[in-house]
Amino acid sequence: MTEHQDPPRVFIVDDHGLFRSGVRAELGDDVQVVGEADDVEPAIAGIRQCLPEVVLLDVHLPGGGGQVVVREVTPDHPQVRFLALSASDAPEDVIAVIRAGARGYVTKTISGADLVDAVRRVAAGDAVFSPRLAGFVLDAFALQPGGPQPQPQPSFDPELDQLTPREREVLRLIARGYTYKEIARELYISAKTVESHVSSVLRKLQLSTRHQLSRWAAERRLA
Amino acid sequence: MSYREEPRFDPDREPAGAGIALIAASAKWRDDRRVDERTASAPPGYPGERHFSGGTWARWAEPDWAGDGRLGGRHWRGGRRHWLGGVINGAPKGSGPLRRARADRVIGGVAAGIAVRTGVRLPVVRLVFVVTALTSGFGLVAYVLAWLFLPAEGESGAIAGRAMSDLRGIALAIVTTCTLVPLLVVTSILGVAWLSSFSGPLVVGAAGLILIWRNAGPDELASVRAVAQSLTSQAGAGGRSRIRLRIAVAGVLVVSGLGTLLAVRKTVVLLRPLAGVALLLAAIVVLLGPWWLRIARDLMSERQARVRAEERAEIAARVHDSVLQTLALIQRRADSPQQVVALARAQERELRSWLFDGRAPGSMDDLATTLASGVRHLQQDVEALHGIAVEVVTVGDSALDEDLAALLAAAREATVNAAKWSGAPVVSLFAEVEPDGVSVFVRDRGRGFDPAAVSADRKGLAESVRARMARHGGSAAVRSAPGEGTEVSLTMPRTAAGDSRDSKGSKGSQA
Repeated sequence: MTEHQDPPRVFIVDDHGLFRSGVRAELGDDVQVVGEADDVEPAIAGIRQCLPEVVLLDVHLPGGGGQVVVREVTPDHPQVRFLALSASDAPEDVIAVIRAGARGYVTKTISGADLVDAVRRVAAGDAVFSPRLAGFVLDAFALQPGGPQPQPQPSFDPELDQLTPREREVLRLIARGYTYKEIARELYISAKTVESHVSSVLRKLQLSTRHQLSRWAAERRLA
Repeated sequence: MSYREEPRFDPDREPAGAGIALIAASAKWRDDRRVDERTASAPPGYPGERHFSGGTWARWAEPDWAGDGRLGGRHWRGGRRHWLGGVINGAPKGSGPLRRARADRVIGGVAAGIAVRTGVRLPVVRLVFVVTALTSGFGLVAYVLAWLFLPAEGESGAIAGRAMSDLRGIALAIVTTCTLVPLLVVTSILGVAWLSSFSGPLVVGAAGLILIWRNAGPDELASVRAVAQSLTSQAGAGGRSRIRLRIAVAGVLVVSGLGTLLAVRKTVVLLRPLAGVALLLAAIVVLLGPWWLRIARDLMSERQARVRAEERAEIAARVHDSVLQTLALIQRRADSPQQVVALARAQERELRSWLFDGRAPGSMDDLATTLASGVRHLQQDVEALHGIAVEVVTVGDSALDEDLAALLAAAREATVNAAKWSGAPVVSLFAEVEPDGVSVFVRDRGRGFDPAAVSADRKGLAESVRARMARHGGSAAVRSAPGEGTEVSLTMPRTAAGDSRDSKGSKGSQA
């Protein structure tokens, strides 16, 4: 992606004004920030009005989780893509937003350059997995996790309930801090193939009825 | 009921009282439809005499349907004497002073204690308590007094000793007595003989129970509460059977109450004494109710205030230990942004783990007990000591054994190494627990090096990591190239799962 394509139009949703201005400053001229909101309701209204390409969405908002915004906007405006951005460490919150339809998740400690890169990738329709999200997903799709593990419920499509060995490998490398390019080199595949593995994981994450995922969603009163 | 006295039993020895056991047994009895509703008739096929004194309990204790599996094992057909001996005498006679038992207790452990001390089977002791409680109230009094005056197993003093200094509890007991006595006097005047014969035991029992409730130890209260909960709680595990139990208890009480009243006054005349009782009850409530309520409310508010004060003190202590300490450190190191950032990060993580995961701040200073907490510990230390960010991702978790502790120590060395040498601002640490092995990857995007031409000290470090892993059956690999950063991969097969295959020796492509 070269420097002088149209910068992606971005909308920032976060309840901390300080953080919003910080993100704005970090993104600089590489993206065009078209609006901001500090809670669920203004965010929905603002996004409908501006129709940005990418919404940077805080997982935690005073008026409800970020997933509410995704759920409200996506049916009418499927072209608006969401990138979750959070300091939250709780896997179920993150998974809930992803299941609602966000295209990725990065932590707030991300560097400005990486954030710009992530925004561009989401704008281009790719999925963005931070190492932490990869860890959460590996955990959620664990083969034999320790502790009391609910039986995976028979799913409509059992394919959705597990990751292929290749997808697992890709996720592990993401969790180890590899970039997509490095993963491609590591596994002797093209960067496009890495992308497609990640997108496939994202799809499974959103569509799977695997018990643990639905339980997480249910805990957030989404199921 | 037909029980009067039983020559084999000394009433001093066997008061036993689990009302719940009685209900459960009676419900089962009824279900079995082997006997008539009334306890006086023998079950079909019962070989003993119909008027065998103590037949009530004897039949109740019959192995097949007494509702208590512990009775089983000895068959009564072998002759009554033999059978009786088997039913009554369980374990050999114990020694030492009489104590309330902890192990088998349902309410206060009195019956179990007596069973242990005398060698009589526990259900028999319980049954005697129940029967004497229901027939004369004696069992109730005996039980409550034993509960009050017998020390529990492993305790030196009885509850009564503690109750002596509990003035409020004594006041409450007296108030209750004052409330009950007039009521019982009235019922006896009205000729409700059944109830009046219980007045003494009821008063003593209620007063004693109040003292017990106020002064019993926390573990004892918890077990009593569990019994009470099974009668009063609405839902939860086994909710249905609890509801059934409650319905059974309520049914028995209503039927016995109505039966008693109807037996005394068969006609409409019944209403007159009832109205009188109601009026007197109202009078007592009007007279003593406010006082009693106030005492109860005082008790409650006192307890709440104490709980609040304790919580506040705990929170204050924790905030002091963590947040205030960190703020002080930050003020002192204001000239070093890197250190301030590291401190803020460490504090943020600790506060979050306290607020959201319920882990106490400072608890991470203790020895970690699982791999994930050990990794967090490592992260915190390295960030604080070397002013570098460590991005941690863990998948799964496992209890920390010797091998995993070695893995953790090796990971720490690798991370510290990266912090010292790589020049990168961030180190990524990924730990994954799988059924057959645990792997840790430490990666930086720093200057890297050529593994074939390493300086002596770095090689030494790599060797120490490698040697440590090898000693515990694991393996280590370092991959690096100038300008490309470094990745150290550590793998340890899990032996705890009984599976020591070293299948993860070269996971990924760490040759």
